[in-house]
Amino acid sequence: MEIRVDNVAKAFERFPALHDVSLNIASGELVALLGPSGSGKTTLLRVMAGLETPDTGRVFFGDVDASGLSVQERHVGFVFQSYALFRNMRVVDNVAFGLRVRPRATRPTKAEIRRRALELLDLVQLSGLDKRYPQQLSGGQRQRVALARALAIEPRVLLLDEPFGALDARVRKELRKWLREIHDRTGHTTVFVTHDQEEALELADRLVVMNKGRIEQIGTPDDVYDHPNSAFVYGFIGESSTVPAERKGGELFVAGRATGLRDDGPDGPAELYFRPHHVEFVIGETGLSGPIVSQRRVGGVRRLELAIDGTDRKVEIDLTSDQPLTPGTKLGFRPGRWRAY
Amino acid sequence: MSSRSAGQEPAPVRALLIAIALAYVAAVLLLPLVLVFTEAFRKGWENYLLAFTEPNSLAAIRLTLLVTVIAVPLNAAFGILAAWAVTKYEFRGKALLVTLIDLPFSISPVVSGMVWVLLFGANSALGPWLRANNIEIVFAVPGIVLATIFVTFPFVARELIPLMQNQGTTDEEAALSLGASGWQTFWRVTLPNIKWGLLYGVLLSTARAMGEFGAVSVVSGHIRGKTTTMPLDIEILYNDYNFTAAFAMASLLAMLALVTLLIKTVLELRFADELAGTRRH
Repeated sequence: MEIRVDNVAKAFERFPALHDVSLNIASGELVALLGPSGSGKTTLLRVMAGLETPDTGRVFFGDVDASGLSVQERHVGFVFQSYALFRNMRVVDNVAFGLRVRPRATRPTKAEIRRRALELLDLVQLSGLDKRYPQQLSGGQRQRVALARALAIEPRVLLLDEPFGALDARVRKELRKWLREIHDRTGHTTVFVTHDQEEALELADRLVVMNKGRIEQIGTPDDVYDHPNSAFVYGFIGESSTVPAERKGGELFVAGRATGLRDDGPDGPAELYFRPHHVEFVIGETGLSGPIVSQRRVGGVRRLELAIDGTDRKVEIDLTSDQPLTPGTKLGFRPGRWRAY
Repeated sequence: MSSRSAGQEPAPVRALLIAIALAYVAAVLLLPLVLVFTEAFRKGWENYLLAFTEPNSLAAIRLTLLVTVIAVPLNAAFGILAAWAVTKYEFRGKALLVTLIDLPFSISPVVSGMVWVLLFGANSALGPWLRANNIEIVFAVPGIVLATIFVTFPFVARELIPLMQNQGTTDEEAALSLGASGWQTFWRVTLPNIKWGLLYGVLLSTARAMGEFGAVSVVSGHIRGKTTTMPLDIEILYNDYNFTAAFAMASLLAMLALVTLLIKTVLELRFADELAGTRRH
């Protein structure tokens, strides 16, 4: 089922959470809503689910305008950040809940409901834990119960709010892989909210980067990482360093020094963004330069911090070298891939 | 190094403080309670039991139970409603509503009775109409029920509001997203989540409903056998120098209170577990 969000705006007590947001999600896609806290990503997800009513704008599921439909009528599987499992019910009853509350006409028989609940528990690899109460499960297990419960109603779309937010790093990684598998197996259109870029990059087909209630960029992980279209996205996704620069006659200058970087933007001040591992070392008058302030090992590379000459800015660059460098050594370099905003 | 922590007093001081607290409780709470029972049994079991065969006393017990049975379920229902409204919705006047819920706690019981006299009494605006239609409210059973409802109103709501605030609304949202109707959500999700708190509030209001004297005294006609509840009957018996009967009734009331207290304590133990379970999320 495809989802279309048309010009949705939402304010809480006059504090705007979403400004005129539009978004198309294709059927079967796995999409991440990524942004810092307060960016409106959870609000957007809740608007899709019908848990929040937008002030203006519409939400479509396929060709159906879902804007006027209640949460129940939208038929979405929603997984809450805190899982929201029913404490007074056993795991199997949690999963069966969505089937048991159906009107008599569409409700499966008791035996059928039980069979399907157990089948889903099997899918989320929790067979044998059906008689436990939620309090007797670990965080990762609860998360999987929550997902099985959402899948039980055979939802049109699956919406997850910070699905791995409360889990430790190892369990997170496992569940991430596992969610991808489940998605590929069941083929549900899935949207999840996260503030963790690594999670979004690894898991999603497409990213929707949000900031201050607006969508900054939509694209595949490669698109967004390699071609960030705004200073915010550049800074938010991946590691980056920035240096103040001056654009003059199609070239960037840092502290009056030519960098050899061609940029077609209008003359005036600009901010130069680049990633620490996209640099090449140069000798001579062009490029950026500065003394080494500090250095540390990051995996296979040595990360140097340079104080850029003529500015008060420090930047990080990566160097593949096993030997530590003498502090204060002056290095010249030029970003290989970069953007100026 | 001494093992006692910074905040702890030396042993003798501790012992003294505990002794003072215990002595105070014994003198102010325990002694009167014991006296009630010794006074009730002073003339033996037979006289004690005789007090409960007296028709007027039986009527008082029946009336007390009747008032409790009407007031407590009503306040339980309205308490849930008020707590639901306050915790699940945002609306204008919410702060005022929360303050008003507390009103019966802070107001004198005499005033709680007076308001009904002012509203429905012979000299009120409604008085002539009520008399013309032969409806008795004040100085009759309906007045007693209204006064009791008024003084016991806060207990359930007060108990549930913090509990439901703590639990938030995500469980309900989850139930709704799974297709449950509002009614199903309430019965299957909300009510099980608040049942212990609810029971606790109901017990507190039951104890208060049975024991209320001031407010009920104002609206009761003090007609023995008709409009006296147990506390009022005890006063009448006492004023008639019928001490054994007065204390027998008092002991029954005290016993009801003790049973309530016992159930409450058991619930608290149980309830603490439930709350811990909630927080383990």
